[in-house]
Amino acid sequence: MDFSNFLWMRDELSLLAVILILFLYDTFGSDKSRRAFSTVACILLAAQTAFMLIPATAGEAFGGMYHTSPAINIVKIVLNIGTLLVLIQAIPWVKTADVVIRRGEFFILTLMTLFGMYLMISSGNFLLFFIGLETASLPLTALVAIEKYKQNSYEAAAKYVFVALFSSSLLLMGLSFIYGAVGTLYYHDIALAIGNVTKSIAGSPLLYVGIVLFLAGMGFKISIVPFHLWTADVYQGAPTSITAYLSVISKGAAAFALMVILFKTFAPVAIVWQYVLWGLIVITITVGNLFAVRQKNLKRFMAFSSISQAGYILLGVIAGSATGMTSLIYYVLVYIFSNLAVFGIISVVENATGKVNIDDYNGLYRTNPRLSVAMMLALFSLAGIPPFAGFFSKFFIFFAAAEQGFYVLVFIALLNTVISLYYYLLVVKAMFIKQDDCAIPALKSDTASRINITICVIGVLVIGLLSCIYTAIDAHAFGM
Amino acid sequence: MNFLALFVLIPLLMMAGLFLSKEMKMIRTVAVIGSTLQLILAVAVLILFLQERAAGNTAEMLFTIDNPIVWYAPLDIALAVGVDGVSVAMLLLTAIVVFAGVFASWKINPLPKEFFLWLTLLSIGVYGFFISINLFTMFMFYEIALIPMYLLIGVWGSGNKNYSAMKLTLMLMGGSALLLVSILGLYFYSAPEGGELTMNILEIARNNAIPHEVQTYLFPLAFVGFGVLGAMFPFHTWSPDGHASAPTAVSMLHAGVLMKLGGYGCFRVAMYLMPWATSELSWIFLILTGISVVYGAFSACVQTDLKYINAYSSVSHCGLVLFALLMWKTTAMTGAILQMLSHGLMTALFFALIGMIYGRTHTRDIREMGGLMKIMPFLSVCYVIAGMASLGLPGLSGFIAEMTVFVGSFEWTDPFRRVLTIVACTSIVITAVYILRVVGKLLYGTVQNEHHRELTDASWWERLSAITLIVSVAALGMAPGWIANLISNSMSVISERIMQYI
Repeated sequence: MDFSNFLWMRDELSLLAVILILFLYDTFGSDKSRRAFSTVACILLAAQTAFMLIPATAGEAFGGMYHTSPAINIVKIVLNIGTLLVLIQAIPWVKTADVVIRRGEFFILTLMTLFGMYLMISSGNFLLFFIGLETASLPLTALVAIEKYKQNSYEAAAKYVFVALFSSSLLLMGLSFIYGAVGTLYYHDIALAIGNVTKSIAGSPLLYVGIVLFLAGMGFKISIVPFHLWTADVYQGAPTSITAYLSVISKGAAAFALMVILFKTFAPVAIVWQYVLWGLIVITITVGNLFAVRQKNLKRFMAFSSISQAGYILLGVIAGSATGMTSLIYYVLVYIFSNLAVFGIISVVENATGKVNIDDYNGLYRTNPRLSVAMMLALFSLAGIPPFAGFFSKFFIFFAAAEQGFYVLVFIALLNTVISLYYYLLVVKAMFIKQDDCAIPALKSDTASRINITICVIGVLVIGLLSCIYTAIDAHAFGM
Repeated sequence: MNFLALFVLIPLLMMAGLFLSKEMKMIRTVAVIGSTLQLILAVAVLILFLQERAAGNTAEMLFTIDNPIVWYAPLDIALAVGVDGVSVAMLLLTAIVVFAGVFASWKINPLPKEFFLWLTLLSIGVYGFFISINLFTMFMFYEIALIPMYLLIGVWGSGNKNYSAMKLTLMLMGGSALLLVSILGLYFYSAPEGGELTMNILEIARNNAIPHEVQTYLFPLAFVGFGVLGAMFPFHTWSPDGHASAPTAVSMLHAGVLMKLGGYGCFRVAMYLMPWATSELSWIFLILTGISVVYGAFSACVQTDLKYINAYSSVSHCGLVLFALLMWKTTAMTGAILQMLSHGLMTALFFALIGMIYGRTHTRDIREMGGLMKIMPFLSVCYVIAGMASLGLPGLSGFIAEMTVFVGSFEWTDPFRRVLTIVACTSIVITAVYILRVVGKLLYGTVQNEHHRELTDASWWERLSAITLIVSVAALGMAPGWIANLISNSMSVISERIMQYI
């Protein structure tokens, strides 16, 4: 066996090394030395991210089972940055009495899911893709239930595991249909077979059913309407840091994997999935927005907001071009910073006072001006207001979709931004305009949350204005 | 870097200064210095522009950069700037209104620092919009100007402020949604097949490659998108509520300058870039704007709240701007820009005065006030002057503007435009009705509330604010020639572009 194949998997191997080190540290370290566990985990992940910044070259290993390219490398870096921010945000939370005994599990399981996402986006074969997908979702069940004395957390985990199993079975069924139609599970071979006119696979109903089932299965992971029903309950019940992770990282990874597969494998039948996706995007954005309007609980609110954001992310998928890909990665990057800033603030407030309702934020500006301003900037970025990063990412993703001629879709999505602005402004209104005699008192947040929120806010302010980030992604976004 | 960038840099520095200042005195100092610098800069740009023109430089846009700094290379987004006669006039208008607005909000309470920060952000959006000639940056600055309005009205406003703030923000964002689609469309059709796509307005105009059937879709989107901000019927409903609830300086800036963004965008983006669609479709919008003009004036007649009267009068006057633009003869378009300037100054003056009166009497209902001429002579005289300007007294700016508009519109001989022009002309009479009604009731009537007798007249900062605006209104009215020349040179370019499609 040629071991040099493994060298292509440098990202996975380095992450595995981090996981193993943490595992050994957690198992054999003394109680005293394990106090620094959280910090060490963050530093190790940061070091691994830095290692991945070494430019990668395109290549494949194990006979096309595993792929890598500069674009995939960039996606992994983006996911890493997000995960790192989530871990930093979780530091104060893992110190609480209930969770501190499971601190090791939290970090190791989170990194395991990250490992699964790596495999998912790097795979060149549906089998490896499925393994990656399962590695990414099963540990999350345990994470959702990590506060095991809270009933909500428990319930959320049960819902999550059932939905994950159901969607996996749909996905597997879709894959078996595709296998039945084409006779192979390698992306490259499928694309060749479908593209081959003489074989006339492109018209086979079996393939279409397969694609639709596959889309449905992925729809659960990305929480596209009508497969979104689990989202709000799970987001509300899970610990805030896990919710943040679910809403940003696992969603971004799944969206990117979907794009790669649709574009790489099913490009010859684009007309089929583009129609399906078109409809899905419209209802996802609209339903997500309309439900978000009525939410009282901020975590549920963010759940529906993230459903509609998933719709916007899919605009990059439907474009299926180099621009679309760049915009998608860029959108996910910006979304990570904006959303994690919001979740960072939610978790600061929740840890200190236990309040998560929008009404609890009334008059927050008078008592906690910095938190409110950070929250406002993040919300404006989510709503796509310039000069914050969200404006640029939204513009670019619309640009990508319009380039392929989806003007009507862009128009519908744009009208939806007005609705989304409405509900984001509701939170801003609560903080800045409404007055409350028993507003949340001035909070003193700890260093980790402060670092986390500061990084996120700087990201929100700067990413859009520095065009070099977009250009850097753009330079690699071809040939997936 | 080009010196036009100072229009964005100075307010940015001003924001930094405001951010660091601690007490009221410091905040005022920074605000005054910043707005004075902007005013000086605007005057300097005007002088330089006139010198260039006198030296025989006939380029369409002056002070452009040959190699603009490319911002997002893959999407052809560059920081391209440039000004023509209209933009120069608009920059000056903005600077004057901002200057007056700072003094009008001298005693703003609560949170003065935040107020001035948002106000400055608003002005950055406006300045940036007027100097940009790249569609993307133009759109970005346009949106920057919209969002501070929400908090400015929501926090410092009065009356039904939550409702108004939300309505205004959402309607304008809806407009910008339409706009973004048309901007994307303009970009992807900006060059002939195989040519290099561009976001630069001048290059799109030079290529003139947008297919006619595409123009029929994009023109209404762009025109309505900007028309929402220009308070075009039936998208004007945000304007009365918004202006009535906003604090003084914000009403001034919004009615005075921000609504002009709508008109400016209409001709710079919609009409200039899509001349064929303009000649084909302008009749629809002529009818709509014609309705704005008359409907706004009639609505103003039945209002009892001073701010509502003025807000509806703004709908009428801004409708006239769009109306005149759609006549696309050079004279009419020149009149449209004059009307923008005149309305900008005059309405800012109105809102400043209303704010000052409201600050004393704590009511804006004209039924509860009267005889203010004896109590606060300075403010009342200013109010009369503003009213006279509004109903078109010769010697003040309103007369010049409306005269040019109607003369220009009458150059058309076809019955459709003739009738519309005559209908629009009636607004002059209706304006006189509501202005004189207010002046008679508010200033000369009997004193309605005995407590009002103890009120004081304007303080020095209020006087400064009002006088700045009155001087500008009078200057425009007395010596309109040079500024009309400045404008008509720029407008004839657009007019000729459209004329070739008749």
